[in-house]
Amino acid sequence: MDAQLKRGLLDVCVLAAIKSEDSYGYKIIKDMKPYLELSESTLYTILKRLEAANMLTVRTAEHDGRLRKYYRITEAGVRRIEDFKAEWKEVISIYRFVTKEEQHE
Amino acid sequence: MNRETFLAELRNGLSGLPQGDIEERLAFYGEMIDDRMEEGLSEEEAVSEIGSIGEIVAQTVEEIPLTKIVKETMTPKRTLRAWEIILIVLGFPLWFPLLAAAAAVVLALYVVIWALVVALWAVDVSLFAGAAGSVAAAAAQAIRGDALPGLAMIGAGLLCAGLAMFLLCACLAASKGAVRLTRAMARGIKRMFIRKERAE
Repeated sequence: MDAQLKRGLLDVCVLAAIKSEDSYGYKIIKDMKPYLELSESTLYTILKRLEAANMLTVRTAEHDGRLRKYYRITEAGVRRIEDFKAEWKEVISIYRFVTKEEQHE
Repeated sequence: MNRETFLAELRNGLSGLPQGDIEERLAFYGEMIDDRMEEGLSEEEAVSEIGSIGEIVAQTVEEIPLTKIVKETMTPKRTLRAWEIILIVLGFPLWFPLLAAAAAVVLALYVVIWALVVALWAVDVSLFAGAAGSVAAAAAQAIRGDALPGLAMIGAGLLCAGLAMFLLCACLAASKGAVRLTRAMARGIKRMFIRKERAE
């Protein structure tokens, strides 16, 4: 897959993983696992990028006597997911057009 | 490998990078190990799932901008003495040309790599153009009634097209290689600025 495209997809996937409730690193990886294998170092990069773009906020909270970072989606993050859905509706209709010939054969 | 060894080795691998970046990554990977152990994985298993230290270090170096690394490592840990400042100023005619030359060599290498790639693409494009041209010429000769030279033209065109397609694979491979090489060069340059503290 094209690297640029994959990057965009991964960003949206991580945002989707924290959309319904705040989440932490390992849980994000676990939740995404059935759909997409993600390495720790890749996740780190994505989280940093999304934080810099103000699409999520980070807070540190105590859990079981140790610290854990929780990630929360922002307004901008929710908008990013919405934009993605709108964009991909278009992509899917283009895909249907591209493969139309094949389906008739 | 247990948690402590992993984090100690990672710290070692990242040493020389800005301190804040190191601490942040160690906390991140430490948390990842803890969360896995909480799930019931053994310490060894949890660590092995995190991946190789070498990969993490390479990716980290790639992510941190060169300017930040240089700023971090070039900021003196103490204030410079007057004679040191004078020496740096007086030495300017000496160290500046050397530095500029080194930078020029790196830049030249970079340009050469990409020039090679561009040249390959240029050859490929001209082969494609040659193929198209030959077919057009063949068509023109066919209209004029010169069948034989037309046939030769078509042959030449096919040869060009074949070579062009063959070379296209080489072009793509060379472009990918150049991108990889450029990234490796960027990593190498950054490494030069990362002061390794463990040697001391």
